[in-house]
Amino acid sequence: MTFGWTQHEGHAIALPAHNVDTDQLIPSRFMSTPRDEGYGKFLLHDLRRDADGNEHKHFPLNRFRNASILVTGRNFGSGSSREAAVYALVDAGIRAVLAPSFGDIFSSNAINNGMLPAQISPEDHITLLSLLDDTSMLAQICLEKNHISIGDCSIAFELDPTWRTKLINGWDDIDLTMQHGEDIKNHKKNLEQSAPWALPAANRQRS
Amino acid sequence: MTSGRTLLDKLWAAHEIVLRDDGASLLWVDRHLVHEGSHHAFGKLADREIAVAEPDLTFAVVDHYAPTRHRERISNPQIRYMIETLRKNASKHHLKLFDLDDPRQGIVHVVGPEQGLTLPGLLINCGDSHTSTHGAFGALAFGIGATEVAHVLATQTIWQKKPAVMRIWIDGQLGPGVSAKDIALNWIAALGADGARGHAIEYGGSAIRNLTMEGRMTLCNLSIEGGARFGLIAPDRTTFDYLKGRPFAPTGSQWEAAVEAWTGLRTDDDARFDQEVRLNGSDIAPTVTWGTSPEQAIPVTAAIPDPKLLVNGKARSVEDALEYMKLPAGRPIEGTPIDQVFVGSCTNGRIEDLRVAAAVLAGRKAKVPGLVSPGSAQVKTQAEQEGLDKVFIDAGLEWASPGCSMCVGMNGDLVQPGKRCASSTNRNFRGRQGPGSLTHLMSPAMVAAAAVTGEITDVRPLLKGRLA
Ligand code: SF4
Repeated sequence: MTFGWTQHEGHAIALPAHNVDTDQLIPSRFMSTPRDEGYGKFLLHDLRRDADGNEHKHFPLNRFRNASILVTGRNFGSGSSREAAVYALVDAGIRAVLAPSFGDIFSSNAINNGMLPAQISPEDHITLLSLLDDTSMLAQICLEKNHISIGDCSIAFELDPTWRTKLINGWDDIDLTMQHGEDIKNHKKNLEQSAPWALPAANRQRS
Repeated sequence: MTSGRTLLDKLWAAHEIVLRDDGASLLWVDRHLVHEGSHHAFGKLADREIAVAEPDLTFAVVDHYAPTRHRERISNPQIRYMIETLRKNASKHHLKLFDLDDPRQGIVHVVGPEQGLTLPGLLINCGDSHTSTHGAFGALAFGIGATEVAHVLATQTIWQKKPAVMRIWIDGQLGPGVSAKDIALNWIAALGADGARGHAIEYGGSAIRNLTMEGRMTLCNLSIEGGARFGLIAPDRTTFDYLKGRPFAPTGSQWEAAVEAWTGLRTDDDARFDQEVRLNGSDIAPTVTWGTSPEQAIPVTAAIPDPKLLVNGKARSVEDALEYMKLPAGRPIEGTPIDQVFVGSCTNGRIEDLRVAAAVLAGRKAKVPGLVSPGSAQVKTQAEQEGLDKVFIDAGLEWASPGCSMCVGMNGDLVQPGKRCASSTNRNFRGRQGPGSLTHLMSPAMVAAAAVTGEITDVRPLLKGRLA
């Protein structure tokens, strides 16, 4: 269950790389960690630190520790479906990521954890990168208006309306789906009649 | 006049329980596959004290953390814990588990089809992005995250918006030594790693029809590397022949009824696609990646890109990738020395993949060390019956047990920092095969060729006279 939100104010920073995949967001060796231990320390672990575990001083996330908004390159969150990538972002305090495109599974995972994957145009992306350049700036996000302002810059982002509603309401899908319990039961009954082959055969015989 | 329906339209309609005003559909899930990584989802279920809604439709497999050696006594406590957790969850919720010692164990996307759990017309979910693999059978198959896995466990349904459809049509005949892997790397290089984002891809054309099920699975598997959550191929005789007699496939009159239903699972002639892409199979050469995204792929005969010759936006990512990969700009990719090879994964760990790698290696020695991990215990057994294991071992490679292995390194099979690996896997991401690992993706035949020469090599001359 995540809590809904409509507005957020926080510090935005730039992470200019394209194709930041979920293997980079959280290397797989950390993924057996129980969630309640917190995933923030794993965020972009191998980009932020050298082989001995020392932080690279120049890396944006190491310089601006209170950042809650990331502006990054295209195809952010591509690759593995690991929701742990979103846990790492959320646990590190990130509330929104702005990019020209996102991995599809990553976006759904983000929404399910109350984090905004805001799609911006390639032109706005370039504007924001040069604006943020090497610094961090205060930014305001409004979900109702699909809109973000950073400094003098005001930008519209794209977000699927279903996802926007979900972020605002903080829905829990399981509760919502349970309301359709009858429909689900009927669908299954129909299936057993019309397409019994769709059930796993060896299970029917209890092999 | 209304236009015809696509394969996706038909599959979607058959599974849609509710269509919400905002366009989201509640879909029935026919098969749900879980693995060790599903622990977050089971945790969510435990928090809410709910049971798995349809245990008979849920199947568990040990694959990501499966040790490929000495699996009777797992020394690493973290790995043991992950496998134990899956066992506990499977037993608590009464799920069928293909455990380490089960002759059906293997990588989830190899096991599903092999066992006949994957069938045309089904909706298949798994908390793994390469679930697109199962679309090779004309199934609606897509990867999901942990929250969605918990939802499927709890309700046997999933909320999803219908994607757009891109058709990739490939005519022409693939040359000898060119495979589905090369088709995939080609279109991903052409359209980009996010080129098919928001789309389901339907593959068609004579080059696709001529692919075996193994090849079709490789192609659909890699759809996600081009951004598509779904890959689809209409089922045909090849599909039915593959499935007949598989343990969980229908039998008798149910088989007949199924084949009749499956025969209708094709895009109508007058249906329209949101995007169309055409390629000619005969133009495709063996392809390898040089960078850190699957889109950074070139024919083995080409040169590594030079950032100086590129326009601004692209130059930076090429520079970054070359720096990480420790490669000089502008030099031919062929001849790049490698340190090791890996054959395996849900992309290229099937019997056909092992056969072609063995065809290249037979009677030859590998110049570098390497690991061969079959995609499943069944693939392993079959390969051993065919004597392929001997070919690998005689060449100097290691023959191991099935699992995800060096594709992701969770079981400890890692590429060491700074080492360059020719790999039949699907992701050349930074650190994917281990921190600091340098991965070159290619077909299993190309991996075998790299093993023979110790460098990235065009496999075609090495295969002369060796293809059946
Ligand atoms: S083989 Fe690799 S890509 Fe396939 S399921 Fe395993 S880890 Fe994922």
